[in-house]
Amino acid sequence: MFDTLSQIFIYVTMGLYACAFIAFALDLARRSARATIPESVPSAVSRRTAAAEDLVFVEADGDGVVDAASSVSTSAQSASGGSATATATATATRSGRGSAVARISERIEGDVHTGAAMSTSLRVAMILTITGFGFHVLADAGRGIAAGRVPWANMWEFSMTGTLVIVGIFLLANLRFDLKYLGTFVLGLVCILLMIATTKYYVPVVPLPPALQSYWLVIHILVAIVATAFFALGFALSVAQLAQVRREHRVAADKPTRLRFLATLPKSDTLENLAYRINIVGFIAWTFTLIAGAIWAEKAWGRYWGWDTKEVWTFIVWVIYAGYIHARATRGWRGTRSAWLALIGFSAVMFNFGVVNVFFHGLHSYSGLTS
Amino acid sequence: MEQPSDTDIVPGDIVPDDSVGAGALRKDVGDSTNAQNKPAENETVKNTATAENAEKRADEATDRKRARIDSRPDGHVDDADADEVTQPRLGVLGWLRWMWRQLTSMRTALFLLLLLAVAAVPGSLVPQHVADPNGVVTWKTQHPVLYPILDKLQVFDTYTSVWFSAIYLLLFVSLVGCVLPRLKHHIDSLRAQPPRTPARLQRMAGFRIRILKGVSADGVSANAQAARQAAIASAQKLLKASGYRTVVVETARDASVSAERGYLRETGNILFHAALVGILIAVGVGGGFSYTGQRIVVSGQSFVNTLVNYDSFNPGRFVDTGSLSPYSLTLNSLTVKYESKNKNALGSPLDYTADVTAVQNGVTSKKVIKVNEPLGIGGTNVYLLGNGYAPVITVRNAQGKAVFHDAVPFPSQDAAMTSQGVVKVPDGLKKQIGMIGFFYPTAKKLSTGAYASSYPDTRNPLLGLTVYTGNLGLDDGVPVSVYSLDIDHLTQIAGPGAKAKAIDLKPGQTKALPNGLGTVTFDGVDRFASLDIHHDPTQGWVLLFAILVLGGLLTSLFVPRRRMWVKAITQPDGSLRLEYAGLARGEDPRLNDAVASIADRHIAQLTGRSTGPAAPKSK
Ligand code: HEM
Repeated sequence: MFDTLSQIFIYVTMGLYACAFIAFALDLARRSARATIPESVPSAVSRRTAAAEDLVFVEADGDGVVDAASSVSTSAQSASGGSATATATATATRSGRGSAVARISERIEGDVHTGAAMSTSLRVAMILTITGFGFHVLADAGRGIAAGRVPWANMWEFSMTGTLVIVGIFLLANLRFDLKYLGTFVLGLVCILLMIATTKYYVPVVPLPPALQSYWLVIHILVAIVATAFFALGFALSVAQLAQVRREHRVAADKPTRLRFLATLPKSDTLENLAYRINIVGFIAWTFTLIAGAIWAEKAWGRYWGWDTKEVWTFIVWVIYAGYIHARATRGWRGTRSAWLALIGFSAVMFNFGVVNVFFHGLHSYSGLTS
Repeated sequence: MEQPSDTDIVPGDIVPDDSVGAGALRKDVGDSTNAQNKPAENETVKNTATAENAEKRADEATDRKRARIDSRPDGHVDDADADEVTQPRLGVLGWLRWMWRQLTSMRTALFLLLLLAVAAVPGSLVPQHVADPNGVVTWKTQHPVLYPILDKLQVFDTYTSVWFSAIYLLLFVSLVGCVLPRLKHHIDSLRAQPPRTPARLQRMAGFRIRILKGVSADGVSANAQAARQAAIASAQKLLKASGYRTVVVETARDASVSAERGYLRETGNILFHAALVGILIAVGVGGGFSYTGQRIVVSGQSFVNTLVNYDSFNPGRFVDTGSLSPYSLTLNSLTVKYESKNKNALGSPLDYTADVTAVQNGVTSKKVIKVNEPLGIGGTNVYLLGNGYAPVITVRNAQGKAVFHDAVPFPSQDAAMTSQGVVKVPDGLKKQIGMIGFFYPTAKKLSTGAYASSYPDTRNPLLGLTVYTGNLGLDDGVPVSVYSLDIDHLTQIAGPGAKAKAIDLKPGQTKALPNGLGTVTFDGVDRFASLDIHHDPTQGWVLLFAILVLGGLLTSLFVPRRRMWVKAITQPDGSLRLEYAGLARGEDPRLNDAVASIADRHIAQLTGRSTGPAAPKSK
């Protein structure tokens, strides 16, 4: 009963997500249009000036109120860019000579943490996503109730919960940073994953085999899912970063640019910093997954590490992301090259789930699929 | 990035402060140029500040440079000088040095890491001896041409292969070469005071100014100096409370506090890398002193932890097989539960529970072993990794005397527990006989006439035996597996290849063996447990280091390392100009907020009220 409900809900979820995807895509299209009419954008200068408060006069003696507040725009710092970015931004602001596009980027830059005024399509997209997420939660919970345990013990359940967490973390992250421009990517990815899962991975509820009856199932896999979700977001940011770098090069060389909506996204440095911050959270979760997996393996199979295929790929993913972190700290590798490593890393994560589980033999054959 | 051109500064050393009292007197040649280069400054500052520009600029350069220098490996983005500049000195020592520098450079570490990831791939594409020995055999028959080549390349033992080992060993040598100098530098910096306040804070992150009005009548009185000192003392207290290490610097004109926090970040980083080395060493040492062994125990039987009692045993190089820790386990019962209701999972196992009696040092205790719940005893862990049926079989000779009576473990062949086993009766009959048995816990006749098992539990148990005579080869002194029968030199006397049909028995049944050899009885069926016994003395160490890895990672990635400065300058109109700024050392997205918060709290402390995020009014 609950499983049937769960399936119905997941179809509703997919429908809503698909609509959200379209709305997000419309927003990107709108951004493209906006990027070509810079005049319609409110001046970045005024906003920033209003926000800056470098110099404040304070009355030392007693109970007067704050005397005056004025602002100068020396070294206005962008919220998250490196100091180089910040200086460039400040210069653009001060001189007022920055091109219109630069001003738009800068505005978005400032919005990274504060949240921009939303377009209608973006608002619709977010509402659809949140509603879809609600149904997703119900679908997941329904499966859990039907199975009488956590809903992540086979590939169907892992896909369902995994996509749930991806959307959840996307929504959560939006509370702190404005990442709505990633909606097209995130919802697109989630739709595809759910499509594959419903057609290929569905299995009816079956009891857990003894090897999976452990609290480590709850911990190890849940953290793996969280790590995957962070890596997915990090991946999206790195893709955006690479596209942005290309665009910036073309702009610098006075060449025409294609994906115009990029002009409304943060600068590549900002994207890179965000990608890094999201990816390291994923990396820490992955490290924990690896350790927890080893502890569980020791309990269930009598050895903590045996180079089982799944273990090997988990290790490979870990090493690639360790490489990513080092690349970011290595001269000549920061920026584009390290972004590529993040892409490779996430591809390995997907491979580990989609291919290793299904086609490789090993102790981890918990997909529940019969070949 | 602006590259200062002045001489190298040893990290952490203090540049002599020669600006004391000199500011107003010095003729400044660089004045005019500097004033143009700098961002427009607040009018009030300019009068006092420009006089010292040249000198300050030099200071600033060193400050900025010092801030960037760290004992990072070569090639680290924060390095001050590029290593393209460093020329290898000729001579053996020079070359060795150069090679060491290369090996411990950031770029090499990155390269080796990526290489390690790539090198780990082949081992997942072909079966490995460690994880899947049968898979290797199958692979060999399927790829007769490729097998010898890959075998030569050690691809079937990827993770112990020469090339894989070379990569990770080099990586770890590089790591040690990296971490040791950093450790030394870090210890030094833990002892040192924070570097003194840069002459100019304007260029630092989160720079902001607060003007405290009406502090003193003019900028020179002792009164003003006291106010300055008080302001800085309160800033110092504030910073200390926020976990900063602080030092106060005073000049004739200003007072400042220089603070640094987040040393834990580097500690975490070093701990992380060191713990990785720890894992490697613990695993390596553990391999020499650990052993694993398997033993099949039929319920009612016992296992004693001595070498002879193992069915198979793999000791590490340094294991003293003569002195395994003495204990014994008796398998009282093995309870298996199968799913019988859920139509999608009929017959899938739900639970295995082995009830055992353990005797150690003369103490007897009852214990339970389950999958996921190994039994720790005598420094070993005992795992329940397999189970199956052991039909109890009795063979009698023509005179009716029992010549064989045993519960024979039959390893299972499929999910429905169709099991196969071998019975060898070398003595007591006219001829030696060997029997290959199939046990079907729930026998079902197929359309071909053969049997199969349709459910793993014993709903309709049936034992089918084919019988062979001839020399079993047990007397040749060559060890022979009890689970296989070499039928090449034997003659079948019952079964598909012989006149007599295979012998099918239900529990309790007795049937005659062909040729008047005697009888065989299927008395009933027991269960057996397949126990794995592991001893690994360094397992706990590996876990400890793994936890340190995680802890080190968390602190090194999330503890911000930053410097913070608060400077108080008395202005001619008697007001106190307070400057705040910070410097990130590594990833520090919250630096600006931190500076702002310190400034707000400081002002609140000085004035006794909160300015909050001062409601900005447009000019
Ligand atoms: C087994 C090999 C290695 C692994 C798995 C590894 C892993 C990591 C990880 C996960 C981090 C980020 C966490 C942190 O900052 O503590 C890191 C940082 C770092 N590693 Fe390694 N590392 C390895 C070898 C090396 C080697 C050989 C070097 C020296 C050349 C090195 C130098 C560094 C440095 C300088 C950082 C700080 C990066 C930054 O400034 O952000 N590591 N390493």
